[in-house]
Amino acid sequence: MKQIFVRPERCMGCKSCEIGCAVQHSKDKTLYSAVLQSPAPMKRLFVEAGENIRMPIICRHCEDAPCLNACISGCLYRDEKGFVRRRKERCIGCWTCIMVCPFGVITRDREKHIAVKCDRCHKLEVPACVNACPTHALVMVDVDEMSKEKRHMVILTESKAISHQ
Amino acid sequence: MEKSTDSATLSAIKEAEKTGIKTVWDRYAAQIPQCGFGETGLCCRNCMQGPCRIDPFGEGPQMGVCGANADIMVARGISRAVAAGTASHGGHAKHMAHTLFKSAIGEAPDYPIRDEAKLKAVANRIGVKVDNRDVRAIAIDVAKKALEEFSEKESPLTWAATTMTKGRIDTFLKYNVVPTGIDSVVAESMHRTTYGVDADPVNLLLGAVKCALADYAGCHIATDIADILFGTPHPTLTRANLGVLNKDAVNIAVHGHNPLLSDIVVQVAGEKDMIDRAKTAGASEGINIVGVCCTGNEVMMRHKIPLATSSVSQETVILTGALDAMVVDYQCIMPALSNIAECYHTKMITTMPIAKIPKAVHIEFSEANAKESARRIISTAIEAFKKRDPNKINIPDISSAAFAGFSTEAIIGALSLVNKEDSLKPLIDNIVAGNIYGVCLFAGCNTVKVTQDANYTAMIKELVKNNVLILATGCASGAFARHGFMTPEATEKYAGNGLKAVLKAVGQAAGLGGPLPLVLHMGSCVDNSRAVDVTVAVANKLGVDLNMLPVVASAPEPVTEKAVAIGTWAVASGLPTHLGVVPPVLGSKTVTQVLTSTVKELFGGYFIVEPDPVKAAEALLSVIAERRRGLGLSA
Repeated sequence: MKQIFVRPERCMGCKSCEIGCAVQHSKDKTLYSAVLQSPAPMKRLFVEAGENIRMPIICRHCEDAPCLNACISGCLYRDEKGFVRRRKERCIGCWTCIMVCPFGVITRDREKHIAVKCDRCHKLEVPACVNACPTHALVMVDVDEMSKEKRHMVILTESKAISHQ
Repeated sequence: MEKSTDSATLSAIKEAEKTGIKTVWDRYAAQIPQCGFGETGLCCRNCMQGPCRIDPFGEGPQMGVCGANADIMVARGISRAVAAGTASHGGHAKHMAHTLFKSAIGEAPDYPIRDEAKLKAVANRIGVKVDNRDVRAIAIDVAKKALEEFSEKESPLTWAATTMTKGRIDTFLKYNVVPTGIDSVVAESMHRTTYGVDADPVNLLLGAVKCALADYAGCHIATDIADILFGTPHPTLTRANLGVLNKDAVNIAVHGHNPLLSDIVVQVAGEKDMIDRAKTAGASEGINIVGVCCTGNEVMMRHKIPLATSSVSQETVILTGALDAMVVDYQCIMPALSNIAECYHTKMITTMPIAKIPKAVHIEFSEANAKESARRIISTAIEAFKKRDPNKINIPDISSAAFAGFSTEAIIGALSLVNKEDSLKPLIDNIVAGNIYGVCLFAGCNTVKVTQDANYTAMIKELVKNNVLILATGCASGAFARHGFMTPEATEKYAGNGLKAVLKAVGQAAGLGGPLPLVLHMGSCVDNSRAVDVTVAVANKLGVDLNMLPVVASAPEPVTEKAVAIGTWAVASGLPTHLGVVPPVLGSKTVTQVLTSTVKELFGGYFIVEPDPVKAAEALLSVIAERRRGLGLSA
C-alpha cells in the first residue's frame, strides 16, 4: 500500500502543495478559477516551520484512525482503498475529530459548518500535493518499501562509520 | 526570536499586542515559512512561459523553460535588484536636480541656494566655470550637468568620474563597467535581463556593477544638491527615539527620503502663524516635527530635528497615540501605515505623485508651491490634533542624546583644527600609528528578520574595542543614535585606548570640551557618498587606491534593493562589504563564488555574508589586518 511520505530536508516551504491541494478541491480545478472562487477552496495540508525545519503536515489516514473512532455521526468512514473520508451530509460540526487528530490536519469549513480533511485525492493516481511538490519532498512510496529503504540507509551509515574507524 | 533590542520599540509592540493591532512582526510571522525558491533566488517570473523554478536538490528541473539555469536566474535577479535600487536613488537625485534648476531660473522661490560655497566646490569639481559668475548662472550649469547624467551620454558619468580615485577609474574602464547615464543603465539592466538576452552569469554581474556605479553617481548628486539647497551639515546635538514625541505639541513625523519635502515642512513649522494656530488648538508647546528613516536623518543633521525611529519600527510612531500626522514622500514607506493610522486620530499624508497609499490624504507637493503645501500639511495635522484620544496616548519615556551631521566638510574642518596646514594628516598619522586600526562604514536598514539593532550593537562594540573608527548612514545611524552610541559618553565607555585618544584630541580641538561621538553620523542613505569622499581623499593623499585601505563596510540588517545597489558599488569601490542577512543568491554556486571571492581579484572588494554579529566583526577585523599588512603597517 502506497502512502504519502514527507522528506523534510527537501522542503523549500514554497507551499506549492497547499496551492495544488486547494486547486484540486476547487470547482473547476484550475489555479486561475480557484483563486477567483468565492468562498475560496480549502487546502487539506499545511506547511509549518520551526527553527531549522519546514515541512507539510498531512493526514496519515491512520490504520487505527482516532478521528474515525471518535466520529459519532457516522460522517467519517474508511473507503474501499483504505482512505479515511467524509460523508459530508452526515457531519454535525461537533469537532470531535479535530480534538482527537494527533496531527491537527482536520479543519472546519466556516461556510458549510462541517469538518474538512484530506481525501487523498481518491480519484487521482497521484495526489495533487505530491504532484505539485517541485523538490519531491512529498513522495508516494509503498509503506513496506519505505521501511526497507530506511533499513538500507541505516546499513549505509553504519558501514561508512566502520570504514572510517 | 526577540523582535527588538530597543526598549521604546518593545514598549510600542506591547501596546500593539494589547490592542490587537498587527505590525510588521505579525505580518512576518504570518509569512513563515517563506518560499525557499525565492530565498535562494531560484525562481524566475521574467516571461509568461514561467514562472519557473529550479530544484536545488537536483532531482527536479535544473533549467527554466527557456533553458536558463540556476546561475542565470540568480544573476538576473540580483541585476534587477540593483537596477531597482539605482532607479530609486536616481529618482531622488533627479528630483533634486530639477529643483536646483527651477531654483536657479526663479521658478522655485521656496528653494533658495543656501550654500554657495558648496555650489562652487561642486561646480569646480565637475568643470563648471565659477570665476566672476553669478551664483544663479553657476547653479543653472550645475543643474544641467546633473540632469545630463540621466540620459545616455558619450562620456562616463561626471559624478562618478570626478569623485573616484584614478586607480578605480582605470579598473572600471578595464572591466568595461563605466556607466554613461543613470536612467540609461537602469534601462540597459532591464533589457539585458529580459527574456532571451544576457545568459552569461559573469557578464550579468558585471552589468550589475556598471548599474551600481550609476547608483553611486545618483547618491552623490543627491548629497551635493541637498547641501547646495539646504546647507552642508555640521555636528549638532539632538535626541533619538520615541520619547521625542511631545504630548503637549502637535506631533508631525516626516518619513521617507527627500529633504525637498521634509526641510520645507520643518521651515514652515517654525512660522509664528502656524505655531499660534497649534497653540489655539490646545497644543501648549506648539509644533514638534520628528523624523523617521532617511529623511529624518536629513533634517536631523540640518535642523536638530529629533529622530523618532527607524525603518522597521516606523509603525511604532503611530502606536504612541500622540502622532497627529505621518507625512511621507517615497521609499521604505510601509503601506501598512495607513491601516494603523485608521486605528488612531493620526492623518496619513502622502505627497508625491508616484507614491499614493489608499486611505491616506494626498497633498501634492511641487517645487512651485512647496511652502503652501507644507502649510496645508501642518494645518491638517493641527486639525487631527483636536481629535486625539487622551486614553490612547502612550509615549515611552525613552530617548538618547545624539550628535549628528558629520559631513565630509565637517570632518575635514574638525581635523584642520588639529593641523591647519594639512587637515588629513592627523587622520593618516593615526591610522599609520594604529590608534585608528581601520574604518568601518555602517549602512543600510533594520530588517524584521533580525532582532532590531542586535547586529549593529554587537558589531560596534567588538570593532571599537579594537580601535576601528565608525561611520554611519541611513537607518544604521538611526540604530546607533537610538542606542546612545552617537555620544562622547559612548566613546569613553566603549572605544579602545587608541581610538579614544584620537576622538578626544579632535573633539577638544573642535571645542566640544570632550571626545567626538563614538559614531560619526554622515547622513541618509544617499550620503554614503560622503563616506566615499573621505576615503578617496585619504587614498589620494597616501597615493594608494581604495582597495588597499583598511576600510570596510557593513550592512548588518539590510532590506531594500537600494541596499543591494549600494553594497555592489561598495564592493566595486574596493571595500570588503559585510551583509548580515543572506541575499537571494545561494541557489547558484557560481554567483555565490563570484560575489564572495572571485570579485576580489577584479575590484578588491567582495561580500562577506555572516549573520552572526560577533563572527562578522571578527571577519572585518581580520580583513583590516590583512589590508594593514599590505600597506606595511602594524596589524
